[in-house]
Amino acid sequence: MTIYARCLLRLLQGCGLLALALLLAAPGASAQERFITVASTTSTEHSGLLGHILPLFQAESGIAVRVVAVGTGQAIRLAERGDADVLLVHHTPSEERFVAEGYGVERFDVMYNDFVIVGPEDDSAGVRGYTDAAEALRCIAEAEAPFASRADDSGTHKREMELWQAAGVDARAASGRWYRETGSGMGSTLNTARGVGAYALADRGSWLGFASKSDLVILVEGDARLFNPYGVILVSPARHPHVKAADGQAFIDWLVSDAGQQAIADFRVEGEPLFFPNAKDAGS
Amino acid sequence: MQDLWEAFAAAGALVWSLDRDLVAIVTRSLTITLTALAVSALISLPLGAALALFRFPGRTVIVVALNAFMGLPPVVVGLFVYLLLSRAGPLGTLGLLFTPTAMVIAQVLLITPIVAALTQQTIHDLWQEYRDQLRSFGAGPGRAIPTLLWEGRFSLLTALLAGFGRASAEVGAVMIVGGNIDHVTRVMTTAIALETSRGNLALALGLGLILIALSTGIAGTAYVLTDMARRRGA
Repeated sequence: MTIYARCLLRLLQGCGLLALALLLAAPGASAQERFITVASTTSTEHSGLLGHILPLFQAESGIAVRVVAVGTGQAIRLAERGDADVLLVHHTPSEERFVAEGYGVERFDVMYNDFVIVGPEDDSAGVRGYTDAAEALRCIAEAEAPFASRADDSGTHKREMELWQAAGVDARAASGRWYRETGSGMGSTLNTARGVGAYALADRGSWLGFASKSDLVILVEGDARLFNPYGVILVSPARHPHVKAADGQAFIDWLVSDAGQQAIADFRVEGEPLFFPNAKDAGS
Repeated sequence: MQDLWEAFAAAGALVWSLDRDLVAIVTRSLTITLTALAVSALISLPLGAALALFRFPGRTVIVVALNAFMGLPPVVVGLFVYLLLSRAGPLGTLGLLFTPTAMVIAQVLLITPIVAALTQQTIHDLWQEYRDQLRSFGAGPGRAIPTLLWEGRFSLLTALLAGFGRASAEVGAVMIVGGNIDHVTRVMTTAIALETSRGNLALALGLGLILIALSTGIAGTAYVLTDMARRRGA
């Protein structure tokens, strides 16, 4: 080894150490704020619900809530890896599996709203006013009218797949033709639907919070199969010992308490309630 | 057309009102990106210089890798850092996922190849030019590194600006490793993505205009500073 090489090695070593020191002093690395991480869905975040209720919880408990808003499928996988303390999502079968497989402690009902089928004002498939969601989808498929699907394993996407199954239509076989799989969030999918004049399944919260509806309108609503319940689960500290179980449970307890349920009921967009509290153990 | 005007109006209104959240987001973006740039400079300037001046085993591999990694897809870097920092990953116990530090790490990985490759080129050219001169002072390649880095400071600034631009404009990686958490890891680009998906297209574009204005401001400042320094040097 030449002397140059040794010099060089020392230089690189020194710079590497300095870089590491800088990284550790990076913003936020030393933040000692008391917080929990909640993996949740875009519908709760984008609609503005969490922005409304979380400051109330923090004021009461002193616990900040950091929300990572992704699709239900991704949120569940985040929680399975132990990257969140609490899971707040909307696909009951997946939530129950999450608990059954030992990743979560217990599932609590929190609130519900509903899904709606939205589409262009001119409604080429003629589904306006249907109260049978599966029948409406069958009409859309028969008309081969464009349909924008989330296709991102979110709660809304899972529900859409269930509805196609109920309709007896293999929509994915038409992928790339009238069935457009956007593989993106609710808002992006609505942007796509607006752009190509497509139908889409949306949760009412995201729909009401979506600002550029243009000529998209609600065409189908009110089917019992469009019921959209949200559940909250503490990630199992037995499986992931670093989970902030006490603070996470405090958040869940607050959500299902009278105060939390009232905060959810009080949240409105343009005078309309977006979510309806339904925790079982809330005082009557 | 109307949307575009609304975007300009939204950007103007945001800047005019000095919206508190906006100021926080801009400050956070700049802090994270400048930290990443500083960390990356400490790695890539000496690395680039060493690659330009020395022949050692594995050098070719590193050079090829650096050039190839200049075009690393941010989402892939994001996924890599996510799996690294996730609780189930090798560095999970550090608890760095969804923090600004995680975003800094992702940005360092993204921009280091660019800055290092550009540094290598700059130093290589300077060494060709000054080799005999430096040798006559008895300075070998090792001793020449600080001199060459200093002589090349204006070109290196451009390399650093390229790194800054890539880091500040990037959304795929910081979205995955930062989680776009309000008041914690929400930066300009993730805020733009969020407003787009909420259908606030004018506001999203308005935020974009502010980001572009900021980058322009930084590039302009750098230009003025180097220009002044050059004149003083001349």
